[in-house]
Amino acid sequence: MSLTMKSPEFLIDRDDDRCINCQVCERQCANEVHYYDHDLSKMSAVDLNCVNCHRCVTLCPSKALRISKYPLEYKENYNWSAEMINNIFKQAETGGVLLTGMGNPSRKKIYWDHLLLNASQVTNPSIDPLREPMELKTFLGRKPERVEFNGEGNIVNLPPQLELGTPIMFSAMSFGSISLNASKSLARAASELNMMYNTGEGGLHQDLYQYGENTIVQVASGRFGVHKEYLNAGTAIEIKIGQGAKPGIGGHLPGEKVGEEVSRTRMIPQGTDALSPAPHHDIYSIEDLRQLIYALKEATVYAKPVSVKISAVHNVAAIASGIASAGADIIAVDGYRGGTGAAPTMIRDNVGIPIELALAAVDDRLREEGLRNQVSLVVGGSIRNSADIVKAIALGADAVYIGSAALIAMGCHLCQKCYTGKCNWGIATQRADLVKRLNPEIGVERLKNLVKGWSHEIKEMLGGMGINAIESLRGNRLMLRGIDLNPNELEILGIKHAGE
Amino acid sequence: MNYVIIGNSAAGIGAVEGIRLLDRDGKITVISSEQEHVYSRPLISYYLSGQVELAKLKYRPDNFYEQNGVEALLGDRVLRVAPAEKGLELQSGQRVTYDKLLIATGGQPFIPPLKGQSGENVFSFTKLDDARSLLAQIKDLKEKKIEGQAVILGAGLIGLKAAEALIKAKLKVTVVELSERILSTILDEQAAALLQSHLEEHGVDFILGDTITEFGGNSNHLKVNLKSGGILDCNLAVIAVGVKPNIPNITDNLIVSKQGLLINQQMETSQADIYAAGDVAEGYDMLKGLRRVIPLWPNAYNQGLVAGQNMAGGNASYDEGFARNAISFFGLPVITAGIIDPPAEDLAAKAGYEVLTTGCLEKKTYKKVVLRENRMVGFINLNAVDRAGILTGLIKEKRDLGGLKDQLLSNDFGYLSFAEEWRREKLWKG
Amino acid sequence: MQESRREETLRMKRIYALEEHCLGCKLCEVYCVASHSVSKDLVKAHKTEEITPRVIIESSGDTSFALQCRHCDDAPCARACITGAMQKDPVTGIVSCDSERCVGCWTCIMACPYGAIRRDKYGRSIISKCDLCAEEGEPSCVSHCPNNALIYKELEANERGVE
Repeated sequence: MSLTMKSPEFLIDRDDDRCINCQVCERQCANEVHYYDHDLSKMSAVDLNCVNCHRCVTLCPSKALRISKYPLEYKENYNWSAEMINNIFKQAETGGVLLTGMGNPSRKKIYWDHLLLNASQVTNPSIDPLREPMELKTFLGRKPERVEFNGEGNIVNLPPQLELGTPIMFSAMSFGSISLNASKSLARAASELNMMYNTGEGGLHQDLYQYGENTIVQVASGRFGVHKEYLNAGTAIEIKIGQGAKPGIGGHLPGEKVGEEVSRTRMIPQGTDALSPAPHHDIYSIEDLRQLIYALKEATVYAKPVSVKISAVHNVAAIASGIASAGADIIAVDGYRGGTGAAPTMIRDNVGIPIELALAAVDDRLREEGLRNQVSLVVGGSIRNSADIVKAIALGADAVYIGSAALIAMGCHLCQKCYTGKCNWGIATQRADLVKRLNPEIGVERLKNLVKGWSHEIKEMLGGMGINAIESLRGNRLMLRGIDLNPNELEILGIKHAGE
Repeated sequence: MNYVIIGNSAAGIGAVEGIRLLDRDGKITVISSEQEHVYSRPLISYYLSGQVELAKLKYRPDNFYEQNGVEALLGDRVLRVAPAEKGLELQSGQRVTYDKLLIATGGQPFIPPLKGQSGENVFSFTKLDDARSLLAQIKDLKEKKIEGQAVILGAGLIGLKAAEALIKAKLKVTVVELSERILSTILDEQAAALLQSHLEEHGVDFILGDTITEFGGNSNHLKVNLKSGGILDCNLAVIAVGVKPNIPNITDNLIVSKQGLLINQQMETSQADIYAAGDVAEGYDMLKGLRRVIPLWPNAYNQGLVAGQNMAGGNASYDEGFARNAISFFGLPVITAGIIDPPAEDLAAKAGYEVLTTGCLEKKTYKKVVLRENRMVGFINLNAVDRAGILTGLIKEKRDLGGLKDQLLSNDFGYLSFAEEWRREKLWKG
Repeated sequence: MQESRREETLRMKRIYALEEHCLGCKLCEVYCVASHSVSKDLVKAHKTEEITPRVIIESSGDTSFALQCRHCDDAPCARACITGAMQKDPVTGIVSCDSERCVGCWTCIMACPYGAIRRDKYGRSIISKCDLCAEEGEPSCVSHCPNNALIYKELEANERGVE
């Protein structure tokens, strides 16, 4: 095509009075934005290549760089936004599917922001977590109908439980979609925090077996990297049916990301595309799902809880009920703002429902059917802060998955270009020079700090409500009020409006 | 412990510092025939050219003697050593005793027998006093508004540094050298030619394959007769055909070998409690596998340092001697080390030598490495000296280079050129 | 060369590079220049002062690392120095060069087995080498490395692989 209509998204603004021509920006940009102009003896930039990941801005030692939206206006049109027009240009030039990364960024209502938490005043006084014990310990797994003791007074016949120091887990991100250094950071942080991370459908790299006690191993439609040692390496197994960012479709790891290590871990030839089918080809009914659940339990001698992860879709409550009856110990529901390493933009931005509504609906349904104690409920997509977690638990969740937040802690700047494999922060890439940019030592520290900070905040919020154990908040929707919500929404969420 | 050191240059100072590594309290006496505080002899050419001032010739700070508890007897000479009584007799009449004695008297210029050289404007160029005398003569010429001309006999390191300094002092300079090339001991033919043309560009004239037979004329106007029959006119001449060990005739029983005082790797002479180090001594050349005088600053300092440690009861040894030089002429730097030109008969005999070279005439660069059984034994880096020390280190290491050989001449030769394990071993050791 | 000396003279912190974390971004070099400037201002240091970095960055493909003077126990550069400008401090162990006394003879460059000594970039007859930012506590390259690829610590002799 002779003429490209692509225009830059971002404008690089360099303060020449501050720029010292050190070329750090040039060396750090995988998109080849910056270059040294030998004729002009100064740095210059190709704006068109910029994805606004801030790597250069962050590393620029003289703080000479600023990045702004490219000031190119189309004629004002509410219907035909610049984004719509540029997408059409792109597709008209390539004939391809629009791809993107990370979670749905569109301007749709974020229900977390319409929920308000309660606090104690006078009666039922609040608790100061700095002075009094506060329990965040969480157990995930099927709870028994009744507790049985042996002669020595110990509980017996208790189904396997996952013990978490705080109700947070790192959600499924495969080695392949993220770098080994990112996986290592998550695994080590989980082990040091007494929580869980999830392998995603990437298999388990040999270096990560040592963190098995803090690992949930995933089995998905491509069955990549699944074998007996793998299933037994973790403390729980998760069957992935769907992902919030791309409900109804499979995954696609392009061949260029399948290097030696990914190839060995996934057990596929080097350089071949790793295609996860949209459905599991052996699951067409709840009964089929039950077979897989029990096959996995059999393979791990009923010692590990089995989780089933689905995306939040219209019928999520009924599906969750089916999963509970199929014998799952944990149901993970991923909302429509959940992240991804690569998804078609149209799917990410238009398929699925908000996690807040799905969570309320699933919790209600399981209670109604008397199934709630048989499964634990984990939600993700997207939890952005500790208040989101407190709200999720009050709505009925046992714990939450955090993915994007964990990546942001490690340096992700949400440029949404994960699918290009050129992540300048060393996270969503397999390019050796880029992978190096995430030193796992630093990644671990940052993840630990985040989870520690959030746990402190959760304790503060619990204390404020006069609650001293996270257990007591679970499903306690009286602690929530809605704001700017219509009666329908309030009803689905099972909460009252603020002021009521 | 009572230490006496004869000599006040690199080896002597090395010994003082070596002693103090182990013994903080022993008495140290340094005796030198020169009046000067510790100064650096290689710097006299910088002084002559005006590049450094007199005060900066000091090799150690003013308080060096004080700080190291050294009694310095400057401007005195040792007449006699009596090993039986462990005593020294000095020219001043003073008597000094020692427990351990170091002879570090250095070298002295070798002056070939030439007719008529007693004239006052024929100089050597190894000591500060030589530089002072030359400066006085240059000043005298300037005062008389005479455009000075100098003839230098010898195109070795000293001769050429003198030539550079004299050019910078605005004299016309002709260098006469018996050999067919300059710096024949440390450069091969190509490097010598490159450097020669560089020196010529800066005004040095060369007469090679010739020598001086006689000085005539008077002290202000010397006539230099050449073996080839030519005659050069000049106002001053410098004789720089080499140095020889300055072996003091102070005691019998010291074994003097071919050239210098024979020492072992602990710097001990044949006499108990008497050590020798530096240009006076014949140390071990690890590349040639024999004992010889290696009259170079780092070598002298290291030998002194080892001698000092052993004098103080330590157990040190030095067997890493080999030729090495870093020198610049009119901004063109050269670093060479080890065997830079294996003898033709060794090459012909396939004695395991391999020679690799690269260079660019326009950029005046030349690099050469000499390997023996795939181990580094020598190199020349002309006008491409950065990181040359890595090569020096490889000579010392005596290790089979393996694939590193192919990287030695590359422009970005460095530790990345090493195999990862080797690199790690070295960089974490530092 | 075998040596004898008092034990305490060998103890010191040094900078070590972790290749696996080095990005080759060269920020160490940038901050090295700033630290050794008169103004102590990063922008002014680069724009108005002529300072040669004291760190060498080797980089090829995915592999890179920063290399500073190792402050060797036997400091061959100091022993070879003809002016006495290069000295190893017997107390701190720091090898440093007094540029007032350096004449640019490059003997130290000949002697340094790490190739860690540079000639002045701006044509002056002086050398430039790491002084561990002696005045600042922690070397600037170490504190500014964005990926913790440089560490500053005292290793035990066995960790360094010396007897």
